[in-house]
Amino acid sequence: MTHPPTLEVTDLQTHFFTKAGVVKAVDGISFTVGKGEVLGLVGESGSGKSVTGFSILGLVDPPGEVVGGSIRFQGRELAGLDDEAMRRLRGSKIAMIFQDPMMTLNPVLRIDTQMIEAMQAHANVSRAAAYDRAREALTRVGIASPDERLRAYPHQFSGGMRQRVAIAIALLNAPDLIIADEPTTALDVTIQAQILHEAQKLCEETGSSMIWITHDLTVVAGLADRICVMYAGRDVEQGTVDQVLDAPLHPYTHGLIGSVPSRNRRGSRLEQIPGMTPSLLNLPPGCPFRARCPRAAEECLREPPLTRHGEGRSARCFHPHEEPAAEAVT
Amino acid sequence: MSVISEQAAPAEPVPAKPESPFRRFVAAYFESRIATLALAVLAVIVFIALFAPLISPQDPYDLGEVTIMDSRLEPGEAMFSGTTAVLGTDGAGRDMLSAIFYGLRISLGVGVTSGVIALIIGMSIGLAAAYFGGRTDAVIMRIVDLQLSFPAILVALILVAILGKGIDKIIIALVVVQWAYYARTVRASALVERSKEYMEAANCLALPHARIVFRHLLPNCLPPMIVVGTLETARAIALEATLSFLGVGLPQTEPSLGLLISNGFEYMMSGKYWISFFPGVALLVTIVSINLVGDQLRDVLNPRLER
Amino acid sequence: MSVFILRRLMQSVVVVVVMSLIVFFGVNVVGDPVDLLISPEADQAEIEATIARLGLDRPVHEQYGYFVKNALQGDLGKSFIFGEPALKLIAQRMPATLELAFVSLIMSAFVGIPLGVFAGLRPEATTSKVIMAGSILGFSLPTFWVGLMFIMVFAVMLGWLPSTGRGDTVDLFGIPVSFLTLDGLSHLFLPALNLALFKMSLVIRLARAGTREAIHQDYIKFARAKGLSSRRVVLVHLMKNIMIPVVTVLGLEFGNLIAFSVVTETVFAWPGMGKLLIDSIQLLDRPVVVAYLMMIVLIFIIINLVVDILYSVLDPRVRLKDIKA
Repeated sequence: MTHPPTLEVTDLQTHFFTKAGVVKAVDGISFTVGKGEVLGLVGESGSGKSVTGFSILGLVDPPGEVVGGSIRFQGRELAGLDDEAMRRLRGSKIAMIFQDPMMTLNPVLRIDTQMIEAMQAHANVSRAAAYDRAREALTRVGIASPDERLRAYPHQFSGGMRQRVAIAIALLNAPDLIIADEPTTALDVTIQAQILHEAQKLCEETGSSMIWITHDLTVVAGLADRICVMYAGRDVEQGTVDQVLDAPLHPYTHGLIGSVPSRNRRGSRLEQIPGMTPSLLNLPPGCPFRARCPRAAEECLREPPLTRHGEGRSARCFHPHEEPAAEAVT
Repeated sequence: MSVISEQAAPAEPVPAKPESPFRRFVAAYFESRIATLALAVLAVIVFIALFAPLISPQDPYDLGEVTIMDSRLEPGEAMFSGTTAVLGTDGAGRDMLSAIFYGLRISLGVGVTSGVIALIIGMSIGLAAAYFGGRTDAVIMRIVDLQLSFPAILVALILVAILGKGIDKIIIALVVVQWAYYARTVRASALVERSKEYMEAANCLALPHARIVFRHLLPNCLPPMIVVGTLETARAIALEATLSFLGVGLPQTEPSLGLLISNGFEYMMSGKYWISFFPGVALLVTIVSINLVGDQLRDVLNPRLER
Repeated sequence: MSVFILRRLMQSVVVVVVMSLIVFFGVNVVGDPVDLLISPEADQAEIEATIARLGLDRPVHEQYGYFVKNALQGDLGKSFIFGEPALKLIAQRMPATLELAFVSLIMSAFVGIPLGVFAGLRPEATTSKVIMAGSILGFSLPTFWVGLMFIMVFAVMLGWLPSTGRGDTVDLFGIPVSFLTLDGLSHLFLPALNLALFKMSLVIRLARAGTREAIHQDYIKFARAKGLSSRRVVLVHLMKNIMIPVVTVLGLEFGNLIAFSVVTETVFAWPGMGKLLIDSIQLLDRPVVVAYLMMIVLIFIIINLVVDILYSVLDPRVRLKDIKA
């Protein structure tokens, strides 16, 4: 890579200090996103993927706190950055798209207000100029008659439209990184496909990097360049999309891919990963996947090492599936 | 490779021993220091109200004990009879402390009595509305809403204007002001309970209406009623005091705290503050304690979603 | 939008009619109208004249007709004490009461909302705890006693402010108002504050609850993710959302303020409708009481109408739902 990576996350830890105890939502995740690259962050609910996204933007609400690790954006350290500097980055250099389009737009404010303020918060644009850019942005995401839509309120839009508006808002200030937190989960399948297509096209056009957070492997299959699989707050496998999907290393990834219905042959039983995700309040010692893993052994009671299997390819397992010349790093 | 088969670790730690809901409720209540203090103060006030004749230094309404020579003594001065007027005396020579004790008795008595009657009436109506549903419910709720949209003080004033003076008339006015609030609360929780399964079961067994309502529905509607009861009683006491102060409340023969304050009004300009001040403080402490207790009860009895 | 207003207007008319029926029923049918509406000191000629005017010798439904006719002409009986038409007396006193209630409303809003929002944004801060404790005191303290204490401390002991009465007035559109003069303001301050305390506490608690709930919503997080300054997030996004319940309560409570001014007016000898009512009750001047009742009902209905309209202006979801319907 000739450019420095857009985002470099190293050993990020975000814990929630609740009355019931410490919930280690994110416990040591590391990944990199290159310029113009799409990273799929995949995991079940409770794996810590959304919290990772919020941690990058400094939007973790108390009782949560980023307690360790480093987040380097274009070479600049974000962890511990002061509020005002962080605010200047949000919505301008790093944008976020949320999961539920119903509630992300303020129901009592008009669309144009919500779009124009996103621009005026970062640059000295006149209202007229901002209005034009807003109109243009809506057209770009495929919304017809933008002038009418601008003067409307969120509840007058369908779910798919609202999400398009959210994407338009994210793109307004030409960010270098977009974090999309399950943006299509709440939409119909047909709309999902449309949104995915739009998002991919826009990313190619604008050259911004993207982190697409999802629990659905099929979504990232067509969209992402690289995949990072999360489990119980940790990254358990990383690699290019082809590497991870065609030759998964970690037993969890293996199980995930196996359980995708389309992969199944008719008539044979659907594969399932037995058991449930562990409570993040009371993590068992050693590998968090141990209790559900068909390959678990004695040594899995210890913290598994991060093994590298080539450039950008890693897994956190004592017994990864394919074992070429593996060098234990940790 | 040996496969260790294990059960997934339990999600939450199991509590050590099962506690009765009552125990838990009491423990949760006392978590707040302020609420505990309020409850203690309230207990003292109730004690005073119940035993006023026994613990007052003087019976302020016994003409034999009161003399005009003691009139308007400052707090701490000695009275004719030798006892110290700890809180001073009023225009007629009555010891303020004793007057306050007796006043608490009446204020609390009227407030609680009207509250209990309003609760019984309101609860019956609310339960009936929820249980029978349909037209009955609609009509009753219309009346309740109409009643509630009127300011309590106006309703009370109009009633007093029509009915005239007297302790029973005041109680009636206070009951009319309060019942609707009880009715609405009971109906709301009864409606929730009604759709639960145990009600369907009771219905299937074809138990008589009264039995279903009293043995099954009622106990589950009690918690919000307790909260409402506490807060409404505080309101009733404040309302009675206001009416008495305005001169349209209890007659002079039953001097509640409101009347005491009203009597002291004229002396305020000449700086004899204690005649209005101390009864006011007593009233204030009573109302505030009841409100604090009610607040804590509400917080403890309702599940709250804290992030 | 106008469909909405029209519909609400029609509903209000219905309520007025219903209320007039109830009042009429209470006075003419349940009570004894001769007793209630004719002064005990009237001579025979006057009694007969009044009976004729009110149609008391006619059947009930015709009596109602007389009642409505008289009411629409502004005749709701004559005061026993003053000899003047009751409605005129009340109308004379209304500006004073409305002024007091209005200033109290503004005080509760402008003090209550910021305090409540602050307490909601920083619930653990000491200031917030003090504010909440204050709010409990605010609605527990009996208004009349607080009024007395105000007079005692600020007027008698400190001598900063006058203790009773209304200050100098100037005419604004023909209505005498006292908040435009310095003397008027100094007389207005204590009673308005006294009346406002209760409402202020309610507003504080409401604003705090609204803030605590709204601050966790996704749209607040999204606003922050857009890089908006905290100031804008709170003042625009948050406020607009909590304004809806707060304004509704404030509006509905305005009627209560007017009713409750009865107490404050008595304590501060403020020459408003409320004081007139109390005096009339004590002096058994019943036509005034009846007239007051009708006026209050009318005021309430107007307030409810205004609040509904305001609500639809603030919450676009209500507005558009109605148009579709």
